[in-house]
Amino acid sequence: MSILSVENLGKSFGGIRANHDISFDISPGEILGIIGPNGAGKSTLFDLITGYTRADTGKVIFDGNDITRMRPDRISNLGIGRTFQKLKPFADLTLLENVMIGSFARENNIKDARDKALEIIDFVDLIEKRHHFARELSTGQRKRLELARAMATEPKLLLMDEVTGGVDQKTIPGLVALIQKMKASGVTIATIEHNINIIMEVSDHILALDQGQRIAFGRPRDIQNNEKVIDAYLGTVDVA
Amino acid sequence: METVLDHARQEPVWNTNKKVIVALVALTLGLIVFPLFGPSPFYLHLMILIFMYAVMSQSWNVIAGLSGQISLGHGAFFGIGAYTSSVLYVQYGITPWLGILLGMVFAALVAIAIGIPMLRLSGHYFAIATLLIGISFQVVFQRWEMVGAASGLWIPLTEESSWLALQFHDSKAPYYYIFLAFFAVTYLLVWRLSNSKIGFRLRAVRDDYQAASSLGIDVSRYKIIAYVISAIIMAPMGSLFAQYILIVDPDRMFNLEISILVLLMTVLGGIGNIWGPLVGVAILIPISEYTRIYLGGTGGAVDLIFYGLILMLICVFRPAGLISFLPKHLLEREKHR
Repeated sequence: MSILSVENLGKSFGGIRANHDISFDISPGEILGIIGPNGAGKSTLFDLITGYTRADTGKVIFDGNDITRMRPDRISNLGIGRTFQKLKPFADLTLLENVMIGSFARENNIKDARDKALEIIDFVDLIEKRHHFARELSTGQRKRLELARAMATEPKLLLMDEVTGGVDQKTIPGLVALIQKMKASGVTIATIEHNINIIMEVSDHILALDQGQRIAFGRPRDIQNNEKVIDAYLGTVDVA
Repeated sequence: METVLDHARQEPVWNTNKKVIVALVALTLGLIVFPLFGPSPFYLHLMILIFMYAVMSQSWNVIAGLSGQISLGHGAFFGIGAYTSSVLYVQYGITPWLGILLGMVFAALVAIAIGIPMLRLSGHYFAIATLLIGISFQVVFQRWEMVGAASGLWIPLTEESSWLALQFHDSKAPYYYIFLAFFAVTYLLVWRLSNSKIGFRLRAVRDDYQAASSLGIDVSRYKIIAYVISAIIMAPMGSLFAQYILIVDPDRMFNLEISILVLLMTVLGGIGNIWGPLVGVAILIPISEYTRIYLGGTGGAVDLIFYGLILMLICVFRPAGLISFLPKHLLEREKHR
């Protein structure tokens, strides 16, 4: 039984097919890696699943509910959390306040929301920074902020959009460890990644997209040897 | 061993800075005993206007500062409050106290009716829409015979001062205490609001509505909640002001200047900070009243030119408002830093 089931999902912007006939499933507790060159439609796929963009065709079933074309806040309340590729922290609020807003999704009392937020901030190793304003944090720390904020809503499924993108090399191992720690805590994860080494390391399954279409889906080592994936990444260039 | 997490859990949830609490208690006591020193009616009048505008600006601060929606027609809710209590008293003899409550109900209903279609508009369009709505209320009341049209309604004088009729002819002190009570209760409730689930979620909507909705927040619904709360705060000031000057007319009660002043005072003091509106009002109201005295009549609008100048200076040099000159550790947001 899959937790998320995407069936023939499609979306066009003007004449451009951003997503076309995409289908895949995610099983509970696994990490699905999503790869593809720039413009392959990875972020559009997340926006379709989480309700930020309305699908033209197809269906998204989450945990037994048809969430196709549902509003983002409802989808969040059903249990899908997400981070944004272009980070969206509440810049003028502190880290703690940012995460508390996440925990208010399940809590009503300010003290309960605060205590839960503190635990999650500790989980992402930023407890010392809790009273810093989001705008004062580094990019890597803001990625952790977004993860913590999404985790605070207690999602069953977490969609992560390029968590390791745009951060310096020495920050990456910590983020990868965090992703694995999150998986161990029981949350199902779908992650968009450009860094192939990371995706191979953390994923149970990989979905490869190119020009809005699914070109491969399978175990990491099968994907690694898939000709279409190699073509999409390296291009069918003539060797000089 | 105590970890940082254990330590963090023991921090107070909100500001308990002793200096701030002592200052607030002293201020409250000072305001309560002030009339006992026999100040001249002018000073009582000045304080009444400060309380009134402090509440009105706080109303604007809730919608604009907390939820990030710029309303340019907030005077409409002031007028609705003023007309509701006055019409009920003049035409049906209903006590203004009940009128105040019903004014709040009407203001809330109007806020819902305006908010549902308008708050779907983004930023500037909402501001323009509220500006036009504010103006159209004035136009409608100028032509509405039942409520006295352009000449408005005089509230008939009672023979003696009466708490039931909310009229006091011998002294301004009762008005002072009524406005003070509304001021204190409003600030206390808004402080509670901003430290609640609703307050946190409104700030999220203000800062980034897409991120907010990814955290389960129904953005449209929360904008409407803020608008309704804001309207409910504004309306009683209209009712009380009508009882204070004992006349309602469209030019005074639906004056566009009200909508502009509450914006100006809040921005001057510090938008988004609960004490911002009070600081702005405490500075601008005395300036306004003194220019009226020295220049006569309505101040020849010189005060407005002056306000415009102040506003420009604040926007350029101190966008966080005058409140940001206070020591950081005393401000709510900086509590643990």
